[in-house]
Amino acid sequence: MTLILYIPDDAAALSVGANEIAERFSAIGKQRNIELVIIRNGSRGMLWLEPMVELETDRGRLAFGPVSLDQVESLLDAMLQRNEHPLSLGLTEEIPYFKNQERLTFARVGLIDPVDLVAYEANGGLTGLRQALNMTSQAICSEILESGLRGRGGAGFPAGIKWQTVLDQVADQKYICANADEGDSGTFADRMLMEGDPFTLIEGMIIAGLATGAAHGFVYIRSEYVHAIDKMKRAIAAMEQANWLGNDIQGRGKAFSLQLRQGAGAYICGEESAMLNSIEGKRGTVRAKPPIPAIEGLFGKPTIVNNILTLASVPVILAKGASFYKNFGLGRSTGTQAFQIAGNVKYGGLVEKAFGVSIRELIEDYGGGTLSGRPFRAAQIGGPLGSYISDDMLDLPMDYETLAQHKAMLGHGGITVFDDSVDMAEMARFAFEFCQIESCGKCTPCRIGAVRGRETMEKILHGENVASNIALVEDLCEIMTDGSLCAMGGLTPMPVLSALHLFPQDFDRNPLNSSAEAAE
Amino acid sequence: MTLSMPTHWAETEPACPFDDAMEDRVRKVCEDYANDPANLLEILHGLQKELGCIDPALQNILADILNISKAEVHGVISFYHDFRSQPAGKVQIKLCRAEACQAVGATALIEDILEQHGLNDFGTTESGITIEPVYCLGNCALGPSAMVDGKLLGRVTEASLSVSVASALKGGPQ
Repeated sequence: MTLILYIPDDAAALSVGANEIAERFSAIGKQRNIELVIIRNGSRGMLWLEPMVELETDRGRLAFGPVSLDQVESLLDAMLQRNEHPLSLGLTEEIPYFKNQERLTFARVGLIDPVDLVAYEANGGLTGLRQALNMTSQAICSEILESGLRGRGGAGFPAGIKWQTVLDQVADQKYICANADEGDSGTFADRMLMEGDPFTLIEGMIIAGLATGAAHGFVYIRSEYVHAIDKMKRAIAAMEQANWLGNDIQGRGKAFSLQLRQGAGAYICGEESAMLNSIEGKRGTVRAKPPIPAIEGLFGKPTIVNNILTLASVPVILAKGASFYKNFGLGRSTGTQAFQIAGNVKYGGLVEKAFGVSIRELIEDYGGGTLSGRPFRAAQIGGPLGSYISDDMLDLPMDYETLAQHKAMLGHGGITVFDDSVDMAEMARFAFEFCQIESCGKCTPCRIGAVRGRETMEKILHGENVASNIALVEDLCEIMTDGSLCAMGGLTPMPVLSALHLFPQDFDRNPLNSSAEAAE
Repeated sequence: MTLSMPTHWAETEPACPFDDAMEDRVRKVCEDYANDPANLLEILHGLQKELGCIDPALQNILADILNISKAEVHGVISFYHDFRSQPAGKVQIKLCRAEACQAVGATALIEDILEQHGLNDFGTTESGITIEPVYCLGNCALGPSAMVDGKLLGRVTEASLSVSVASALKGGPQ
């Protein structure tokens, strides 16, 4: 009897021992002469259950986890005898955390071997691209516009408008650049997608090329994502081999080639123009806009810069139609978002749902509240440049416009949970410190503002002239918001001011209570 | 403990030994990337992997091969946090300092780990263990996170990191 097992090689699963688990299964299988087929898939995104092992059965896939080395032998026995085991979780797709999601972009992540093109196609892959090959460029752009797809990097700009702009440019060369510089703390959706279903991203980029007349693409991946880089390399090679990338895609006379580019540890290269400079081999400084990249981008040519999730949402839109995608969501935030629940949370992971789900539902119903068991105090939404929210904001729906109205930001969809041990004045100080470390240095409000902001927050933390220093921080934040060249300096005030306005008691330091326990 | 600002690029005495044989290796790496200055980041990654660091003396050669100015080369090397002018120790540890890891106690953990290694700040111990900060490893639901010689670790504790470092020092899997 052959047992077919799925053991993820997603980096999060590896970080808690998935490779060692896979090796142990393999070793015991050999030792006991049991036929085992181990498929390394992406993670299903229920990260607290990693390393999660799935067993193929005729009822569907049974999940077990989190598996530790000393449990492998007994688990194998249970699988052979078709018995329950303490780690049994039932059918993966019946687990409520998973079942209650709306997986459009992440449909295949965790389902298949990420670099198996046959499995990809058998599970709906390439349908969108086949459709696109039969459409005119204009028709593809119109479909994307109709779907209401908005950029998932954080700005939420309508992808269709961007694509149309590039299509309308006359140039000898155009580019599609996928931004995989996912440096925001609390986010890992891009990483999971590239590791779990890289073909979806590549398919989306080829469609973008067909839509705009671009024959070359780059995927810019931050250097910290070593596993994603490796997976993408293998996926590109597989697509090239099968003639989905190259000079004559499937013999249809269209060309598209794809190259990877590694970052080098600079958060600012997640900003689109800094990323373009980085791909050009330069310092990752931010460019003034206009001109926008769609008109003058990489090497001065018309360029699409889109986030990984934006491009990975394209195949399903082409396959199932704009109306299908548009029917998910709330107001002008159509479709689904891959929310990432992170930080001090019990059940962290990837939750793809239509826009409009409330923050409370994500943190409490999915996330299970804090990991520590201590009371929830704050959450940062959208990454380091996003606002903190307090518990009386938990019923707000997750959509671009509503959060913006409440001085918060959806960003890339990450939610970082904090318990009541958090010192919000320290988080404000860190926001300035991070800006100082990662600033490209080009504009004064960011380059100098970050330093002065950090210094002033340190004075506040030491109880020096607190009231006047707080006024100074507020004033500085206004300058940084209004005067910075990009979101690095421009949005650093968001975590700072939200911490200050929602948790003023943490800033009420005097030399006697200037220690970290001030918050309690 | 206040941790200082990163000084990953310091104008000190060249620490990477540099000679003509090195120059050949540099030319080879550049050739692999078509001597194209647009590939400078890939070239620098390749050189750092081969040579352990980017010696200031390399800058002149790179400028020459790629036909760009020394200032441009220096500008790129000094901009990006990944590129080092001094070689790392035998084992390279990166500890995440970003918000999601802070939410699960990374700040205190990092202080403990540095203390455990006899360091006042990020740097390299006498026994050749380099400890550096990193801002997000994309493992935000399983923090505190760290990387030891490129291997990602989640739910890190002082103990689990020690095990990993000991394994890395032996040269085996971490």
